[in-house]
Amino acid sequence: MSRVGYMHTDCLIPMTGNNPYATSNENAEELHTPAEVYTAAELKLAVLQIRAPIIQSKSKKFRQLLVSWIKSSGFSRAVVLSSSQAYQRDDQQMKGIPLRYLVTPSLLKDSEDALKELSWREMERVSAYPGLTDANTEPRLYVPGGEDIPLAVLILFCSEGDNIPDAFTLVNHLNDWLHLLDDPSQKPNKWKIPTSWNLLFGSGIPPALF
Amino acid sequence: MATFFGEVLSVYSRAVEEDEEEVDENEEDAEIRRELEEKREVHLHWSPEVSESLKSGNKLPCSDFILAVGHNAARFLSVYALTSENWDALGRASVWNERSGGVASEESTCVFYRPKDNPAVLICQVTCYLAEDQLFQWTEKVFDCLQLRQLNVTVLSESSVSEFKTADYLSSSSAPFLRSLHSAAFSGKPVCKSLEQPNIVTGLQAAVLNHCEVHRIPSIVYQCYSDVIGPDSVTMETFKPTLTKLGKSIKLDPSPSADILRKIVRTTNIHSNLYI
Repeated sequence: MSRVGYMHTDCLIPMTGNNPYATSNENAEELHTPAEVYTAAELKLAVLQIRAPIIQSKSKKFRQLLVSWIKSSGFSRAVVLSSSQAYQRDDQQMKGIPLRYLVTPSLLKDSEDALKELSWREMERVSAYPGLTDANTEPRLYVPGGEDIPLAVLILFCSEGDNIPDAFTLVNHLNDWLHLLDDPSQKPNKWKIPTSWNLLFGSGIPPALF
Repeated sequence: MATFFGEVLSVYSRAVEEDEEEVDENEEDAEIRRELEEKREVHLHWSPEVSESLKSGNKLPCSDFILAVGHNAARFLSVYALTSENWDALGRASVWNERSGGVASEESTCVFYRPKDNPAVLICQVTCYLAEDQLFQWTEKVFDCLQLRQLNVTVLSESSVSEFKTADYLSSSSAPFLRSLHSAAFSGKPVCKSLEQPNIVTGLQAAVLNHCEVHRIPSIVYQCYSDVIGPDSVTMETFKPTLTKLGKSIKLDPSPSADILRKIVRTTNIHSNLYI
């Protein structure tokens, strides 16, 4: 995939670093910014990678920015890869796979059959105050809502810590639907790991320890 | 990150908290939020002649913008540059956030200087804390005042060596050291190694570098990784290799007297009472 643009906004915490997808010494010193857009023309695919946390008070503004960008770009469908806190799962959600999906009505029209075939599980609605039966509180989703654009959200319940296996679970799950890569389950793992995933737990240990 | 009452919380989780801002927000909450936002705005105060020319649409002519972020970087410029030439203080930036402690101090901690004989050079020393939501705004506002044609940006900044990740063990003798990171438009040769993956740079230096990358301004960040908390002369000396590059635009004092160094380092030791 090739980098085609940035999303330069005050809604993200500034960060920068060298190319995490370097393939040679020549492109190792390319600067990368908090949110960048990549495309693969042959797959008709565009990817927006958001690398920095959103500034808390600006999540609404950022959402509006994203939605207007998705609309103006005219994507036939958009998929949000996301995660949700594992500790928020209720008893019924703890059964089975930790993956869920959500779709907007306009995408549901086109993809209903495909989703049924995959036998994915839709995100359950959880009552806002578990244990309380109040006629006024509708069961609601513990994820942010949106406008009606052809959009799907894939959610993985995960915990704090090393989320590398979670990332593979999610991307394999997406691949079952979109077939970005043929049979990724083959060994060795066909997904490439960026260098930015190294040293998640810090630097090397002092040799004097041994 | 700050809570409503202004306590500073350091957040290390990579999870993003979802605030349910629209759910139960009443008018009073919105009002408080708006006022807080206004208070957190970055303000630039320029000298009368600069603000006069900015008002009439003439931006500051600038071929070299040198930004020092942090005490060591700022003091390095104080010792090697600001003592050796006649400088004019052009203006300052003021910010209010959870760490600025109620009243804005008289002594400004984000000051712009320009040499008397070379108006194309601008130096800025930032030693105050800028909150995450103020970095982007600061960068936009400052660069909005500069003529972007032929602009070169050099940022000197610092970070703790504990934030540097490497597969080899870093012995204490290896710190402090310098790493560089530059925008695509930068064409020179950095004086030190490029920052290795998976290391990243955050803070004001990242905000400035992102801005320069997106607006195609040649820019380089020299980040010093130090194992000393607070300013010290050894860490300051680490920036010395950058003098060869900076010397082209500003007159520098290559060997400042020990007195100047001592004076500049000592003033900060008073605050440290950890080991008394």
